[in-house]
Amino acid sequence: MNAWLERTREFWRRDQVFDFMLPPLQSRELDVSHGVVLYLENITVSFDGFKALNNLNLYVNNGELRCIIGANGAGKTTMMDVITGKTRPDTGAVFFGQKIDLTKYNESEIAAAGVGRKFQKPTVFENHTVLENLELAMQMNKSTFVSLTARLSGEQRDRIDEVLSIIGLTEQVYLRAGLLSHGQKQWLEIGMLLMQSPYLLLVDEPVAGMTQQEIERTAELLTSLAPRHSVVVVEHDMAFVRSIARTVTVLHEGSVLAEGKMDEVQANPKVIEVYLGEGY
Amino acid sequence: MTRLRQMHSPLAWGMVFLVAALGIVGVPLLNTMTEAGSTWHVPDYMVPLLGKFLCYALVALAMDLIWGYAGILSLGHGVFFALGGYAMGMYLMRSMAGLGVYRSELPDFMVFLDWKELPWFWYGFDNFGFAMFMALAVPAVLAYIFGFLAFRSRIKGVYFSIITQAMTFALMLLFFRNETGFGGNNGLTDFKFLLGYNLQEHDTRLALYVITASVLFISYLVCRWLVTSKFGRVLMAIRDAESRVMFCGYNPLQYKLFAWTFSAILCGLAGALYVPQVGIINPSEMMPANSIEMAIWVAVGGRGTLIGGLVGSGVVNGMKSWFTVSYPDLWLYFLGGLFIFVTLFLPRGLVGLFKRKDSA
Ligand SMILES: Nc1ncnc2c1ncn2[C@@H]1O[C@H](COP(=O)(O)OP(=O)(O)OP(=O)(O)O)[C@@H](O)[C@H]1O
Ligand SMILES: [Mg+2]
Repeated sequence: MNAWLERTREFWRRDQVFDFMLPPLQSRELDVSHGVVLYLENITVSFDGFKALNNLNLYVNNGELRCIIGANGAGKTTMMDVITGKTRPDTGAVFFGQKIDLTKYNESEIAAAGVGRKFQKPTVFENHTVLENLELAMQMNKSTFVSLTARLSGEQRDRIDEVLSIIGLTEQVYLRAGLLSHGQKQWLEIGMLLMQSPYLLLVDEPVAGMTQQEIERTAELLTSLAPRHSVVVVEHDMAFVRSIARTVTVLHEGSVLAEGKMDEVQANPKVIEVYLGEGY
Repeated sequence: MTRLRQMHSPLAWGMVFLVAALGIVGVPLLNTMTEAGSTWHVPDYMVPLLGKFLCYALVALAMDLIWGYAGILSLGHGVFFALGGYAMGMYLMRSMAGLGVYRSELPDFMVFLDWKELPWFWYGFDNFGFAMFMALAVPAVLAYIFGFLAFRSRIKGVYFSIITQAMTFALMLLFFRNETGFGGNNGLTDFKFLLGYNLQEHDTRLALYVITASVLFISYLVCRWLVTSKFGRVLMAIRDAESRVMFCGYNPLQYKLFAWTFSAILCGLAGALYVPQVGIINPSEMMPANSIEMAIWVAVGGRGTLIGGLVGSGVVNGMKSWFTVSYPDLWLYFLGGLFIFVTLFLPRGLVGLFKRKDSA
């Protein structure tokens, strides 16, 4: 009943237009005149009364590499779901740049607007070759009728080769993605993000299950992306976070517990209290 | 040129043309040019039977496109097939106006029901072009609306399959009613002429067979072209990891809807070719079991290959013809057993036996 009332009230708000009247999110121009690429304000998400996100506030600067840490269930993945349109927040605002209200668009529109996402569990198209994976992710017109006749231009092929060398999969270009190692899949997924030329990359636990060597390569890869892209990395591996982090945000029970340089955050008594005994 | 090479390897192109030539030219030649006693002779009664099988093969192709490539298991494709068939049937009824048992301008069943004039939805069906347009358009529109609602609500997997079963069941009940205006449970039958050609004559049947074989060949090439295009790669990506596709910036709804509607159109086409060759269309074509059988053809042949659907429909229908003569009671048990066997031991179908494990 309450939710229904809320929705009715939402419907009549005078400062908003109806969803279906919104212009399609086609322009790829992002207004970052205030230097902030992502605003999350007072976000609350509850699942059956349990608040996975509780009044969360987070700002990501343009060109920044931001690390988010937090215990299991702190709400990190849920936060990404909210940004990418997979989950609608109960309350709060999500703005991409100054103008784009992300709560109004669906997953594919948000992706097309320039938000790329790497899932916690690596998801590449296993039955497609590495080349096809990158081709599918490439920034271009993605409507059905264009796809019917789309062919790779020389320029696009060059771009793919460039990304292949960034992610170190040049040799595997014609290999079926399902045959890649776990670490290679993770990189391929990051490569797919790069193909989308997003303004903002959301990377959920990129080094889970990687060998030490692979972790180091991934750290290099991610740090090389900023400041051309803004990057948000969620990670448990503290050594990894320390090696790439400039600013760290600690999530706890769905809200921000602390934010700052890695050393400051680790010295923060609140953080120590929450993590005490967890081996951090 | 490169596009042709993407569709088939040179060897495969050779095979495709060989089989197509055999089907389109070979069978009619063997039927007309050889002596009745010779081993190579194709008897006259075989021609419409083969034509019927080719219609089923076209359905299997449509089914494989949507199931094998988009991962959408439809258990309601019989509806699209039947609707295409009904459109053709309506034309055939109208083309023999005045020649029925009652010598009336109206189709016999309407006279029997004591109807005085043609219902509005029969208007225009005396025109062959219009009827053919409707044979494709009605399945397309139904599929589009149904697909739009289902895919937009993100109904997937078993749930989707179940509502397609419900759809075919509901339409079957509707068409069984006399008041619906399509001949009730007798359906439409006793056809005489197609574009002035007598349907009882062997030459007409042979021509219908050749047309069916050609349509199947062209449809196969179109489907092959579709699945080797970027569109096809997106479709398979949706099948394997739909959310990843969305986060790449594609709208799966549009892709699924296109493939789904196109698949329904192919079924409508198959239905329209089927009816003049078998001489009847009635609501039993919409029986839920029929649609399930269509899925079994593809499962037996091998999903996601296009060829598999063609092979599977040929094998299963061939066996069915034999069984229903020799052991009519056992057919359904056999079909069920076959399905279980294939699911357990041949997940990639008959065609999968000839393919290397790692090829996509
Ligand atoms: N769809 C859902 N329905 C119910 N509860 C959910 C749902 N998604 C997440 N949750 C709950 O919300 C909380 C936050 O989950 P989330 O996945 O965001 O955590 P996380 O910080 O990503 O954890 P991890 O480090 O394990 O990945 C968890 O307690 C989880 O059980
Ligand atoms: Mg998580």
